[in-house]
Amino acid sequence: MEFVEDRDPFPDLRVKIGTLELQNPVLTASGTFGYAREFANLVNLYRLGGVVVKGISLFPRPGNPPPRIIETSCGMLNAIGLENVGVDRFITEKMPYLLGIDTPVIVNILGDSIEEYKHLTEKLTVVPGVSAIEVNISCPNVKKGGVAFGSDPDMAAAVTSVVKENTHLPVIVKLSPNVTDISQIAWAVQQAGADAVSLINTLVGMAVDLKTKRPRLANIIGGLSGPAIKPVALRMVYQVARSVSIPVIGIGGIETAEDALEFMLAGATAVQIGTANFINPRASEEVVEGITDYVIREKLHSVREMIGALDTE
Amino acid sequence: MSQYQENATIIRFEQLTDTNIRLTLQTEEIAAAAKPGQFVMIRTGKSKDPLLRRPFSIHQTSSSGRIQILFKVTGRGTALLAHCKEGETLSVFGPLGHGFHIDPAKAACLIGGGMGVAPMLFLAKRICQMKKDTDTDLIILGGRNRSEIEPLLADFHFLDIGVMVATDDGSYGRHGLVTDVMKTISLPDNCTVYTCGPHLMMKEVFRQCRKKKIECQVSVESVMACGMGACLGCNMVAKNSRYVHVCSDGPVFNAEDLEWNL
Ligand SMILES: Cc1cc2nc3c(=O)[nH]c(=O)nc-3n(C[C@H](O)[C@H](O)[C@H](O)COP(=O)(O)OP(=O)(O)OC[C@H]3O[C@@H](n4cnc5c(N)ncnc54)[C@H](O)[C@@H]3O)c2cc1C
Ligand SMILES: Cc1cc2nc3c(=O)[nH]c(=O)nc-3n(C[C@H](O)[C@H](O)[C@H](O)COP(=O)(O)O)c2cc1C
Ligand code: FES
Repeated sequence: MEFVEDRDPFPDLRVKIGTLELQNPVLTASGTFGYAREFANLVNLYRLGGVVVKGISLFPRPGNPPPRIIETSCGMLNAIGLENVGVDRFITEKMPYLLGIDTPVIVNILGDSIEEYKHLTEKLTVVPGVSAIEVNISCPNVKKGGVAFGSDPDMAAAVTSVVKENTHLPVIVKLSPNVTDISQIAWAVQQAGADAVSLINTLVGMAVDLKTKRPRLANIIGGLSGPAIKPVALRMVYQVARSVSIPVIGIGGIETAEDALEFMLAGATAVQIGTANFINPRASEEVVEGITDYVIREKLHSVREMIGALDTE
Repeated sequence: MSQYQENATIIRFEQLTDTNIRLTLQTEEIAAAAKPGQFVMIRTGKSKDPLLRRPFSIHQTSSSGRIQILFKVTGRGTALLAHCKEGETLSVFGPLGHGFHIDPAKAACLIGGGMGVAPMLFLAKRICQMKKDTDTDLIILGGRNRSEIEPLLADFHFLDIGVMVATDDGSYGRHGLVTDVMKTISLPDNCTVYTCGPHLMMKEVFRQCRKKKIECQVSVESVMACGMGACLGCNMVAKNSRYVHVCSDGPVFNAEDLEWNL
């Protein structure tokens, strides 16, 4: 007779983001998982830690002209231009489905002014099924001459405060890597009340076509994502985790459970899977499976033992 | 609409010309679910570079759970695919997108140029299954030269639809473009034109259709990352400066709905 190995088949993968309890640390990244429904017949959505949906603005946005994407070495550039249906249609058309998926739904918001962030928060906070708000501060503040909210600590703090004041939901502020000192921004949004920070958003880059002597994206510049940015993202997660006390959500080039666990060692409480969803639509669920196996194999009491356990001695 | 991610065994690898290759893949679920005009996204290698899958039209399916794709080597991804071997596996994702709309009550004219021939075979086969009488139907295929077009014809000649061929250099069929051939024939009023090929070719096909007030369905291309409506990267300008997404709203559109700058 074979021995059945004596181990817990349901290891403890739970993590907490503010008051939001996740059954595991694996989320999907905004803009890479649609409104979740697109993946419903490929992924068991209920097995994910949560889904972060495509960035929502106060009014619908058409986005940028084509071409919007171009592949680069081990990565891709995108200049989607935040195309989305607007918050009202999101609530009436997308939320009914999301309400039924039995996994926390985090809504990513973006605005051109502090007032827009305020209105978005007011509208979303009363919608059943919204578990948390992720604030994308990478967009330019049209009223302040187009400087991105995310590149100025005071403006980042101001956006965070206004969102916090208008919701009881956990607020995650998504940081832009296109700054001199990301820890400084992280600190500012923590002081303004953020429950967590997520990072990184895409790195600004560009690609040129020598043959046509033209930029490869209609928008000329775009955001770099995918495996190419993982080392940068890891470094930033490591730095930010050492300078704030709120949870850090790691994003950037994560494709496998090993990648995700590396981010946790560097200080991430949870992770988001982005570009990998395009190559393997099942990537997020496979990361959950891989982390489960790891926790069992390494006989951890919980996955939380991994958070910040990097040995730098 | 269900999609599947399968590890497909390469059953047959056929080098048709220096640059053109036909692959037969064992993909049970995709083959069973596919409709003419739909496409698959294929990982061209196992490494992180090139990162993204590449889109290919489904050339034909078989009841034994196989699909065929027909492709031209144009860059790094297709060059990698050109080096795969029978017995190896490829990750294939599909079937994706909205295919052709077939009205069995109408006559059909299928016009494929270059690699745009690929979806036409699957479409022609389905039309033959759906219609009792294909006497008024017609297929026009075009390519650069004899070697590009000849290996593809056998499958079309099995069908009960007449085939006309045009080559750029006149080495096979008529000398000229498919759109030159199109000018010489009189299409019935109650006809749908289905077309796939280079942008300029499709534009000319549509221009002729519009003049004759004939319905025209086009299968178009764009760069793609996900192929399933998640990244919003595959937009194209439609009528009234609206954007459509080629992977999820298309790749087949009613030509009227797109902007052609005619
Ligand atoms: C729905 C759809 C169906 C397609 N069906 C077929 C088919 O049946 N047979 C076939 O040979 N090809 C088909 N294509 C085109 C095919 O996807 C591209 O040729 C392929 O992606 C090129 O990859 P690469 O890595 O070899 O080239 P890259 O190194 O990526 O690029 C080489 C050149 O090809 C161009 N290119 C890249 N991607 C595309 C694209 N998606 N469409 C057009 N040009 C592109 C680039 O601009 C560049 O000039 C289809 C495309 C779409 C969107
Ligand atoms: C096509 C695309 C669209 C994106 N859209 C958004 C968005 O709407 N809001 C946002 O905060 N981040 C957006 N992102 C950034 C991702 O959420 C993520 O931060 C970034 O891609 C890095 O992770 P990755 O390397 O795993 O993709 C987008 C990324 C891509 C590739
Ligand atoms: S290719 Fe991603 S939405 Fe069309």
